[in-house]
Amino acid sequence: MSITVEEKKVLLSVNQLKQYFPIKGGIFGRTVNHVKAVDDISFDIYQGETLSIVGESGCGKSTTGRAILRLDEPTSGTIQFQEKDLLALSKKQMRKVRKDLQVIFQDPFASLNPRQTVEQILSEALAIQNVVPKENRKHRIEELLGHVGLRPESMERYPHEFSGGQRQRIGIARALAVEPKLIICDEAVSALDVSIQAQVLNLLKSLQRQFNLTFLFISHDLGVVRHISDRVMVMYLGKVVEIADKKSIFEQPQHPYTRALLSAIPVPNPVQKRERIILTGDVPSPIDPPTGCRFHTRCPFAIDICKSQAPELKISAQNHQVACHIVS
Amino acid sequence: MKQLNENILEVKDLETYFFTEEGTSKAVNKVSFSLKKGETLGIVGESGSGKSITSLSLLRLIPSPPGKIVGGNIFFKGEDLLSKTDKQMRSIRGNEISMIFQEPMTSLNPVYSVGEQIAEVIRLHQNLGKKEAWQKAVDMLKLVGIPSPEKRAKQEPHELSGGMRQRVMIAMALACHPEVLIADEPTTALDVTIQAQILELIKNLQNELGTAVILITHDLGVVYESCDRVAVMYAGKIVEYTTAKELFENPKHPYTIGLLNSLPRLDMDQEELTTIPGTVPSPYNMPKGCSFAPRCAFAKKICEEMVPDLQHIDQMTQVSCWKHTVQWDREFVVHEKVGVE
Amino acid sequence: MLLFIIRRILQTIPVLLGVSLVVFLIMQMVPGDPATLLAGEGATKQTIEMLRHELGLDRPIIYQYFDYVFHAIQGDFGESLRNNRPVLDEIMIRLPITLQLALASILITVVLGMIAGIISATKQYSMADISIMIIALLGISLPSFWFGLMLIYFFSVNLHIFPVAGWGTIQHMILPAITLGAGGAAIVARMTRSSMLEVVRQDYIRTARAKGLKEHIIIYKHGLKNALIPVITVVGLQFGALLGGTVLTESVFAINGLGRLIVDAIRTRDLPMVQGGVLIASVIFVFMNLAVDVLYRYFNKRIDLN
Repeated sequence: MSITVEEKKVLLSVNQLKQYFPIKGGIFGRTVNHVKAVDDISFDIYQGETLSIVGESGCGKSTTGRAILRLDEPTSGTIQFQEKDLLALSKKQMRKVRKDLQVIFQDPFASLNPRQTVEQILSEALAIQNVVPKENRKHRIEELLGHVGLRPESMERYPHEFSGGQRQRIGIARALAVEPKLIICDEAVSALDVSIQAQVLNLLKSLQRQFNLTFLFISHDLGVVRHISDRVMVMYLGKVVEIADKKSIFEQPQHPYTRALLSAIPVPNPVQKRERIILTGDVPSPIDPPTGCRFHTRCPFAIDICKSQAPELKISAQNHQVACHIVS
Repeated sequence: MKQLNENILEVKDLETYFFTEEGTSKAVNKVSFSLKKGETLGIVGESGSGKSITSLSLLRLIPSPPGKIVGGNIFFKGEDLLSKTDKQMRSIRGNEISMIFQEPMTSLNPVYSVGEQIAEVIRLHQNLGKKEAWQKAVDMLKLVGIPSPEKRAKQEPHELSGGMRQRVMIAMALACHPEVLIADEPTTALDVTIQAQILELIKNLQNELGTAVILITHDLGVVYESCDRVAVMYAGKIVEYTTAKELFENPKHPYTIGLLNSLPRLDMDQEELTTIPGTVPSPYNMPKGCSFAPRCAFAKKICEEMVPDLQHIDQMTQVSCWKHTVQWDREFVVHEKVGVE
Repeated sequence: MLLFIIRRILQTIPVLLGVSLVVFLIMQMVPGDPATLLAGEGATKQTIEMLRHELGLDRPIIYQYFDYVFHAIQGDFGESLRNNRPVLDEIMIRLPITLQLALASILITVVLGMIAGIISATKQYSMADISIMIIALLGISLPSFWFGLMLIYFFSVNLHIFPVAGWGTIQHMILPAITLGAGGAAIVARMTRSSMLEVVRQDYIRTARAKGLKEHIIIYKHGLKNALIPVITVVGLQFGALLGGTVLTESVFAINGLGRLIVDAIRTRDLPMVQGGVLIASVIFVFMNLAVDVLYRYFNKRIDLN
């Protein structure tokens, strides 16, 4: 679902977010270094849109999602949501906010309690946030199951009786149960077969329209991202390298990493021809990231300044920002 | 029974079943295909299609119990692998037919150096001494593009990244210059940019060494870029078997068409993805007749009653579908297929 | 790794202090006064008081404790209340014997246990597997002193193969080592079995098969080294149980070792001897654990795949 420029209202704003994980060592087990998983990123999520974060393993996209939810406590930064800084809230206050901030996880097998029936799983969600009085809960659960395309009888069954795609639908129902404003999808379709993936993506899109949801969609699969996003943010080694409208990013990618990423995807399309940029080497370690622009060690276009100075995110075209010395 | 032609591998009516408490699962249900010298064959399918079990069956690596190859033939250079002794199979594995697996993180032994693991297979099949085998192992690491191979050879798997471990696996598999390489989802667990590197590497080595490759994957994009011919599997059977080009330009089987349509396109926007309604049948409870019929928009009565065979519909394409047979138009559509959970 | 070792050694200091404190306090709480015991029957109150003063037992407890620790660090564990000989000397005469017994037992535990475990795992669900597991269960359940007595009864008294008691030759070592090591062997067997079963399911075993290796090379070269890693921890823990078990075994077989020394000392309320003995045993135990931890960490860094 796309939104017009006039309607753009910021729902969540991330500012200078840092997530450093300490590494202990030495005789006394002191902190000797950090894994700089997310290193000073800022971005906004607009009401009603789907913003995707893409990148490969170690880029920090999942960590960002978890930091917003405070599943791991961020090292520093602010997250503005509903006129509050999430990182300044107490645990109790945060509990209340969680009603509006839900998540769907990647692994449909691990994210549901195998000892609870579907009804218990969904009731629990409703009970914690007290969205619906006890008498109405069963009815609400039936409604929810209907929204995600599951029969009401599913209520009485256990997770292991369902397929991967069905379990993911239960996860979606659980997220929807508390009527959230923002849902973070952390690789929500990555573990599903292609044909099931398509079903779930269609479902997410229709639910977004129906309930006016906002999605933060974290994924490594650019095909999926193309289908579901309004805007796309590309991350590399803890930094944002490019953020733009979906069309802009896919048709005119500017950052060398984005271009390499897009060109690396094998596409079953006889019509599309691309020049392939194959990156050399492996992703460097986030414990000691390269100086200057983090991507310079693998960038086919790196120049001197790239080694010493980290580039800032600058506007390069309409609704398009890039962090690259060569582009700006 | 010897068969002399340019096919280095010929699989005929392969059947691999799993016997468990829940019943008998026909994981590979009369599968036939062939592989020419130097060719790349892709076997595509989703989970439960039987593609991995097929590849394990080729090298007779099926865990037994509960699995068992119950029928068919696997002709390798004219001789049936299913009639060979254990000893003969062992001299073929890693030597004439090699295999690499999906998870490079766990497919290497953590307590031995990577050099030792490669040298081991060289010593085993090529009767070289320790020193020579080690040197050859280092050469192989160089061949697969690992920088500072002498140093890396002494390292243990946990000291290498996922991409590098997969390169080590490839080095180990190709060390004895096998004629066939079976690659079971070799890039699924890797990042997209590393995936590109690995596929490129396999292609280059294939050209250099003349190896035929069977590439098993669920990623249609990978198939398109890397394979000459493709076999699409569904519920233990091959439903379509043709060239890669033909598969993407002119898919015939309803499942193939559905699969291609449900892929999100990188080059254009789609409002909604076409999906295949329903789910894969349980291998313990296969429908009578064509196993895809319950989900097929074109199904007619004959589809529900009789299993279609894999048949040539032209010189390069074989399909297992009643719709592509002569008697189709005479049949009536039984009922509409509706997407249901 | 070196840092790890140093860190662990530093950590042993509070542990040993804690042990000494606990032993000290327990001995204080145990009924029975060493002075009274020493003075014998019919001693007058005065005599006992004099004895108490001589032995330093009338000083405040905290003072007694710190005085003790101070001397202990220098190697002076005091003198036995029974025969006035330095505690350390008495311990050092008997310690080698106990160590020999412990080592012999560990050998039985590890070798017997591993072989049994491997057989069980490679022939899962066979008669051999089931029998081994039942015997292992018995080994863990049956009390060691009963087992030891049974062994003496059958092999020494009836069959005259081994001597009944004492120490000195290999024949003397065998029955006690079996008695002490049997329980551990049973645990190691079960651990090895389950570890092997898990290892043979691993992806790298499948890779080894795909290379064309012979089955026994796959199991022993590729599988065993990985399977033994959790077994090492178990063996390490067994050592602790072993030190405790020497007490019973030495008593049953009349071996003049550290275990018996400590038991006798407790019985006679020979406080310095008890403290010295337990402390020395603790030091050995702590360093044994450290060795196991180091070994485990050495293997473990390879296992940390993700």
